[in-house]
Amino acid sequence: MSDATRAIPAQPNAIVRSWQLGRKIDPRYLIAGLITLVLLVAQFRYHLVGGYQRLVVALAVCTAAEAVLSWFDRGKVVNLQSAYISGISLTLLTKPQGAALWPFVIGGFLAISSKYVVRYRDNHLFNPTNFAICALLLIAPDHVSVLSHQFGNDLATNLVIWTFGLIIVARVGVVHVTVAYLAAFLLLSTVRATVMGQPVLPEIAPVTGPMYQLFLFFMITDPRTIVRGKRPQMVVAVIIAVADQLIRVASDTGVPLPTAFNAAPPLLALFIVGPIAKWLDLRRAAPASRVPAPAPAPASA
Amino acid sequence: MSVSTLPHRPRPAVRRAVMAIPFVAALLIAARLDRGPFRSSADAAHPGFAFQDATAAAGIGFVHRRASFDPRIAGIEPHVAGVGAGVSVTDVDGDGWPDLYFTNSRFGAPNALYRNRGDGTFTDVAAAAGLADLNAPGEGVSMGAVWGDMDNDGREDVLVYRYGYLSLFRNVDGKRFVDVTAQAGLHRWINSNGAIWLDYDRDGLLDLYVTAYFRDVDLWHLTTTRIMHDSFEYATNGGKNLLFHNLGNGRFEDVTDRMGVGSTRWTLAAASADFDGDGWPDIYLANDYGPEELYLNDHGKKFTLTTAGLEAESKSGMSVALGDAFNRGRLDAFVTNISERGYIFQNNNLRLNDMPDGRRFRNVAEGAIADAGWAWGAQFGDFNNDGANELFVANGFISADKGKSYWYAMSKIAGANGALFEDASSWPAFGNASLSGYEPSRVYLNRGVAGWIDVASTVGATDLYDGRAVALADLSNRGAVDVVVANQNQPAILYRDFPDSANHWIGLHLVGTRSNRSAIGAEVLLETGDVRQRRVVDGGSGFASQNDRRLHFGLGSHEWVDRLVISWPSGTRQVVTRPAIDRILTVTEPER
Repeated sequence: MSDATRAIPAQPNAIVRSWQLGRKIDPRYLIAGLITLVLLVAQFRYHLVGGYQRLVVALAVCTAAEAVLSWFDRGKVVNLQSAYISGISLTLLTKPQGAALWPFVIGGFLAISSKYVVRYRDNHLFNPTNFAICALLLIAPDHVSVLSHQFGNDLATNLVIWTFGLIIVARVGVVHVTVAYLAAFLLLSTVRATVMGQPVLPEIAPVTGPMYQLFLFFMITDPRTIVRGKRPQMVVAVIIAVADQLIRVASDTGVPLPTAFNAAPPLLALFIVGPIAKWLDLRRAAPASRVPAPAPAPASA
Repeated sequence: MSVSTLPHRPRPAVRRAVMAIPFVAALLIAARLDRGPFRSSADAAHPGFAFQDATAAAGIGFVHRRASFDPRIAGIEPHVAGVGAGVSVTDVDGDGWPDLYFTNSRFGAPNALYRNRGDGTFTDVAAAAGLADLNAPGEGVSMGAVWGDMDNDGREDVLVYRYGYLSLFRNVDGKRFVDVTAQAGLHRWINSNGAIWLDYDRDGLLDLYVTAYFRDVDLWHLTTTRIMHDSFEYATNGGKNLLFHNLGNGRFEDVTDRMGVGSTRWTLAAASADFDGDGWPDIYLANDYGPEELYLNDHGKKFTLTTAGLEAESKSGMSVALGDAFNRGRLDAFVTNISERGYIFQNNNLRLNDMPDGRRFRNVAEGAIADAGWAWGAQFGDFNNDGANELFVANGFISADKGKSYWYAMSKIAGANGALFEDASSWPAFGNASLSGYEPSRVYLNRGVAGWIDVASTVGATDLYDGRAVALADLSNRGAVDVVVANQNQPAILYRDFPDSANHWIGLHLVGTRSNRSAIGAEVLLETGDVRQRRVVDGGSGFASQNDRRLHFGLGSHEWVDRLVISWPSGTRQVVTRPAIDRILTVTEPER
């Protein structure tokens, strides 16, 4: 065999090399990287943060609360990456009246402390940011609203965030949750619009907004609060989509719901369904085998 | 990472109970904070002035009627036709009593020119003046009007801007007007919500800046339904604003491109003043679906779009009012935006003018002043004559069925891609839904560093109309700032102001000689003791409105004014020392 015919090991292309490199990175850093990307795009292209003091306050409160509460509860300070993600998502999603900073102080504390207070069998039940946002929307609607606009209603920005988002949740191993919810949302929205005689596009349009992006990539896929098993996870995602649609049907038909339900249907759907599903999942586990958190535990919002 | 451990850690249940205490406390605190301030302010109970609804007593029976457009956009017609109630103040016959001009927006519905009879009552003379029937198929419907003496003959002329063709009328004798639009070269179709007079090149002749909202489509005969904005935050597909230079022979020249002021954002309002103190009038724009814009005037040769800190927030600018918010001797800008409980808090902007030294505006709006609901026209005015400006803000978008809100539908469309909602036919139909309807006006009392508080209910501004334009004028020449509000598809309202009688005041009627005779753009700095207040003669401000050209200053307990420094548009600087107070003074610009 001449040198010319000697077999040369195939060199993986750039995409494959990137994917392989990604597999070596701790998933928690990928999630943190994605939320940082969203933050940077949101701020530098669309000035979406609304003041750096909000970011500083939310991050400071979340990380300080995580450090203090974990030390008090577990005797050690845990990795603060989850608090970092909670702080950023809270900053992006919370839109306060005026220049009020207290929603970021209280929201940050509620997000983190909910993990330590609302627990069942050593697991927290609520996604932290989801809990904080929904609690604020429900009890302080005169001073807190949720981000409901778009990233400039710009297709290119959407493509960037969706591409990176899907790649990273795939790498983390929860892309099936995102896809299940997305498919159910699109299908159910189409059916609902058709049955109610409404145009379809406005009904599916919200899923392209940043609120849904944060919801799909950071909340509904939170490894700490999703149920165990790929199929149950997809079932729960579909149930959340159904709850989202039920809220929207109620809004469409003028059922007098608290404003929070009309303004943020997916967040409220997760707020209701998520902890129930998690509680049932934990409950069906054998009492002797207290369900430990998945390891390694990717950070969540 | 383990940094330390508690030596005697309590049991898990105890630990959780301990942590639950601040958790529950945080929830309770949030609920309490949502209810507002912990203490009611004594200032709110004694604001030093009161308003009285004098609409009927004054004989003002104007009712605005909204437009009706191409049936293909009927689904969102309440939104598209949600403007047009304008009001501007002028002294049409030069008798020293301010008159009022209201615009209407339905084909066949007349505009109204209320002549002030000087006894607290008004008479509609629009038909006799030739200013009533301006809403007709093929021509368009009125959105507002601005007054200024374009030919310096001592009589105020008027430009009516429409969704349709511009109309310019020359004031013949204080009673009759002739349409000079064609001769002036202004027969242009522009879907406009605002215009201002300004003398941008300081040649003594008033020029015109006309803002555009929709691009120049015929809203009654659409060839496409893709007429809406393509972004809720950064739309640039609106109509093109236009600048017309007054050539002095009754003609105007379009100098938009040459001067660099042809913004295609969805401009709802404009105002002009010398923000950076270089002696040349600049232009400030409040844009819907986008950030505000500031065009700085480079010696009348061109304008430069500058950021000045305005680009950091993209909201829905609905109007821009100019006033000295904290007696710093500078003209600050108050820009209204949209807020709706639970859905959106865009928050109004109170931008302090730091242009002369810092080249920036600084937004200091917080608390009550930041949220006036779906806010439209606003104006600064010293309603209690205490020497500090208050703010009147009109608001409310569409008051229809109280039980139906379009906000949920709006939240869906606002989250869509721009290509979708640019098409009006893609929007969910309004039906009879309300959208931020039945909102009370806000009257913000200025307490300096203690902040602004809403005293609307205390002073008697209690109507729930869908306010649009707000104009201020001392209608009875008695040292009080009366408020006139044009309401959309509803009756206009006149609030007479009754300030604390212990306070002093001074009014100024400026007459230009080398400058334009209306003195539009003239700025007055009043100094008394440690108080410095600046006012500008208004060529149009707020939303679809124009205030009295006479300037009103409250003086509080001061019984004299040290001096008035008048900066005329011509560049002349005039100082008046120790003027008489508690009266309206006429000051004429020195010839040399």
